[in-house]
Amino acid sequence: MTLFASCVLAACHGAAVLAVAAGEAPAVRIEDLPVLDAAPQPEPMPTAGAATRNTALAQIALKPLAPDATALSDDIVRIGRTRFFKGGKLLLTNGATTLEGSSGGGIARWATIAGRQVPGGVGVSGHATAIELPDFGWRSYGFAVGVGDRLELSIARANFDTRDAGAVLGLGQGYTFNIDTFGAKLRVAGDLVYGEAWLPQIAIGIERKRSRDSARVRGLGAADDAGTDYTVSATKLLLARSLLVNATLRYTAANELGLLGFGSAASAGHKLQLEGSLGYQLSRRAMVGVEYRSKPDNLGLGEDDWMDLFAAYAITDHLTLTAAYVDLGRVATFPGQRGGLVSAQVAF
Amino acid sequence: MLLTIASAAAAMMVLQQAPAQDTDWDAEFGVEVKERDPVTGELPVAPYEQSNANAGAAPYGSAALAADFGGREGITRIATRTVELSEADPRIAAIFAGHDMVRLKRTLAEQFCYLVGAGCNYTGRDMRAAHAQMGLAKADLNALVENLQAAMREAGVPFAAQNRLLAKLAPSSKDIIER
Repeated sequence: MTLFASCVLAACHGAAVLAVAAGEAPAVRIEDLPVLDAAPQPEPMPTAGAATRNTALAQIALKPLAPDATALSDDIVRIGRTRFFKGGKLLLTNGATTLEGSSGGGIARWATIAGRQVPGGVGVSGHATAIELPDFGWRSYGFAVGVGDRLELSIARANFDTRDAGAVLGLGQGYTFNIDTFGAKLRVAGDLVYGEAWLPQIAIGIERKRSRDSARVRGLGAADDAGTDYTVSATKLLLARSLLVNATLRYTAANELGLLGFGSAASAGHKLQLEGSLGYQLSRRAMVGVEYRSKPDNLGLGEDDWMDLFAAYAITDHLTLTAAYVDLGRVATFPGQRGGLVSAQVAF
Repeated sequence: MLLTIASAAAAMMVLQQAPAQDTDWDAEFGVEVKERDPVTGELPVAPYEQSNANAGAAPYGSAALAADFGGREGITRIATRTVELSEADPRIAAIFAGHDMVRLKRTLAEQFCYLVGAGCNYTGRDMRAAHAQMGLAKADLNALVENLQAAMREAGVPFAAQNRLLAKLAPSSKDIIER
């Protein structure tokens, strides 16, 4: 009974509403309805100021998607909130790649993180480097993964061809030393570009190196065929001067970066070495500079400090080429090892 | 009990009125429609203390630098172009939608003009207040920097001079980046 009463009342209410509507508006005829195919006529807006804003917002909201847009947007790979290979870093702020596969200059490690990702993203970087010297040839290649602005993991292989010098040294004609480097670098403070000018990007890192010529390097007097370098790097782009300044302290026992093993019977321990870089930014894409790297002489072969003059150019957002004049001094008793370095880096 | 509830429901249905056709919904829900200033074309903002310190850095005192930027007029064009590029940049366009671009173009030009020492006062809010609640990330800031660099490049500003302006802007990143 109660339900019935409610229904009756609801019906009355509905009828009343219909009656009101019918009373207020004239009967609608089919021919009066708007033609859907015709171009829509914009309704006049109440006030001029609001009209401009509302129309602008409506245009943004109703703007059709780009023809190639998909529901996946432009994220190539996305797992959870982490974006892979999306990029976003300013040009050249991922650095070039060092001989040991780390983000940096040519011979000096920098505090920069490899890959073009920004915080929340993961990027990758690959490189190949060649050095031509009067008596030797260097070839290296490697791969690095960058996690945000925070972590870099790298792996690189270097092959050092002794050519004719191999025969003179009793190693054999064209004997090639090989070394694998596994690197890790963690940014602990600061930012290369942003923040206060006095606070550089600071990173700590290790490089675990393993010579693949164990018997040879021990025969040359090295104490070990594997070793670990510990690094602390500080790097800053001083925008007011367009200068990039880098300093790295490296605690190492490596002979010629580890190609000739680690330490010696006489001096097995690690020593503190310095790497410095000074670069001038010519444009968003181009930088020229100079680098210096001190090295120990554990084997007593007259191992020299290294230096280079480099020019780096970002041909595209993803491809950076580096060319350098390098002076490696005396290498394995052969003096005057000055030559050219070229390196290509592909990063996403 | 059931009867009471049903009666009450029925009574409320009867009492319910269809809203009038010309209801001012903005007024009903307390929506304030901001009117643009007829002279400046800007929307009103909450009052704040105006100070050149809000620009975030001390200005350069070099006439040569201001000349590199084409003086006040050149700087105004660069600021306007930066905003236009950013509004058209799919990476960050959504951040600008719904904000007052007339005001942004003016305050950005004032900030650049003040910082390069071209003799303007900055009347905008400080960087923290101006970017509050926007949830900006470093990628957004990088995109804006690229657009500013493009605008300066189009205006023929030498690269070293471009970097000098960026040097004044870079320290305020801590007030802008939230995540």
